[in-house]
Amino acid sequence: MSVIEARGAHKATSLPAKKRVPPWRNPWRRPYILSGITWLYIVWSLLPIVIAVQFSFNDGRSRSTWQGFSTQWYCCTDASVFEDPSLLLSLKNSLILAVATVVVATPLGVMLAMGLTRWRSRTSQVANTISLIPLATPEIVVGSALYLVMINLYSFIPLGRPAMLLGHVTFSISYVVVIVRSRLLSIGNEYEVAARDLGATSVQAIRTVLIPLLMPAVFASAMIVFATSLDDFVVSQFLFGDASNITVPIKLYNAVRAAPTPALNALATLLLVGSLLALVLAYLLLRARKRGPDSALEELTTFEGA
Amino acid sequence: MPEPKAGYDRATRRLWPLLAAPGVLWLIAFFLVPFYAVMAVAFSGTIDIFGEPIPAWNPLDWQFGTFTGVVSDSVSGTFQAVWTRTALYSFWALLICVAIGYPVAYYTARLAGRRRGLILALILAPWWINYITRMLAWVNLLQDDGYVNNFLRLFGVTPISWLSGNSFTVVVALAYGYLPFFIIPLFASLDRIDQRLLEASRDLGIGPIRTFLHVTLPLSRMGLITALVITALPMAGDYYTNTLVSGSPNTNMVGNQIELFLLQGPLKNLGASLVLLLSLLLLVFMAYYLVLTQRASRDAR
Repeated sequence: MSVIEARGAHKATSLPAKKRVPPWRNPWRRPYILSGITWLYIVWSLLPIVIAVQFSFNDGRSRSTWQGFSTQWYCCTDASVFEDPSLLLSLKNSLILAVATVVVATPLGVMLAMGLTRWRSRTSQVANTISLIPLATPEIVVGSALYLVMINLYSFIPLGRPAMLLGHVTFSISYVVVIVRSRLLSIGNEYEVAARDLGATSVQAIRTVLIPLLMPAVFASAMIVFATSLDDFVVSQFLFGDASNITVPIKLYNAVRAAPTPALNALATLLLVGSLLALVLAYLLLRARKRGPDSALEELTTFEGA
Repeated sequence: MPEPKAGYDRATRRLWPLLAAPGVLWLIAFFLVPFYAVMAVAFSGTIDIFGEPIPAWNPLDWQFGTFTGVVSDSVSGTFQAVWTRTALYSFWALLICVAIGYPVAYYTARLAGRRRGLILALILAPWWINYITRMLAWVNLLQDDGYVNNFLRLFGVTPISWLSGNSFTVVVALAYGYLPFFIIPLFASLDRIDQRLLEASRDLGIGPIRTFLHVTLPLSRMGLITALVITALPMAGDYYTNTLVSGSPNTNMVGNQIELFLLQGPLKNLGASLVLLLSLLLLVFMAYYLVLTQRASRDAR
């Protein structure tokens, strides 16, 4: 903000002096080129999505010629998302998997974050490293490793929903740890110590003091786990087993090259709405605690950006 | 952080490892053990009646024949092409990422002013839109009779077949797919640069270009490296982008080869060996990323 004010002030005083500087020497000139590149990039990155969403409302089978508005690909015709059994199944599978992943990964990750933050020893450093490795590992390595262990060693776990759940929880735990731990470090341990001084047992201190303080971070990480699980393709593709377990991203992947209809765009649109809703919720929760829209957005940028 | 003084008895100290235990055990069972399984399959010396490798769980039984064979085929042989392509495609895609991502991150972090929140939200949006959906959107546009070709026809360009084994499409699609992941860490680092340093440079009479080269660029070096590592890791193992926008064996990357061996055939020991080799080659990047993440979580206030 101060940059803009400074720029204005400078103009007001320097222009009457008529000491012309060539534009490339003037540091206060408006950054037309950079803003141009930025807006072009935004258009390039989002316009295709907007067009894809638009065609989910097409009144015809084409995905490249606009034939008028209709919701026929969402509901109530045979080929629509809510009537075509395979599309509906993938939607149902994705939602069940994402909810189950949240339910398992969030408590595991929160406990792990609490344990790792307060527990200080050499073992905890090893545990700390283990909890972050999944973030640094390419998905294809995670996916193929899980696939090989499921078919060879853990053969009691069938490929399909159970295997996918295990896989999704594994990469989600690290997200929860990163988010919850940054909150834990910013709280410090004074509140717990105070609670203990006032006579609470350690378990009471955690339950009545620490957990309520952590709640915004816990919910935000739950939402992010939900969105990540909903969007995951690689791990799911290695572990889904047979067609009865496919999720939306796998369905989209398989259908892209096989004469798709706008119902596929409708399916993608529903997936997009689901993960964006989860993200907006996470954003609002973070904003409630940080006060200020920009800082919450920046908080979201730290999740994967180290 | 002040060390706990009073009231922290032995029971409390034992509580923390107890809380961490389920998560740690989970990650050992479903992350470390699976990785060991990759080695057991890659170093397997025997196959069953279906031609599938029987994993060698005991390191004493490890046979390195398959793995060394894969390594030498990767240097000069059947796998040389996929590795070369992986390296070249990643290189060009990363170059596009720098060329587009740096100006965008710089503008958003330092010059966007009042619109900063909006621009940041728009840049973050594709991050949370499903990757496959984003590729699907492009496949729509790049059809032979799609919007892109129709647009080019206005300028007299004959329709181009974008989606059948076109390396250019694959490189641009990779850059498109991973640019959001590239921009964000760079944004964070450019955002932290002290405005006073840039003003000092200007006050000393240095022009914008030299200020950029001598102040901004060195100060954002770590952010740039982080962004490159974060982008290069998934890009090197990517196979779905390629399948979606090309689908031709002529553009196969190492990820495609791995997927082929593991999911579509009995040669799982070859697939596992390629996974192992890929992990070894990326180990430096992974270790670097790990150090960064740990440092970031330690520095968090």
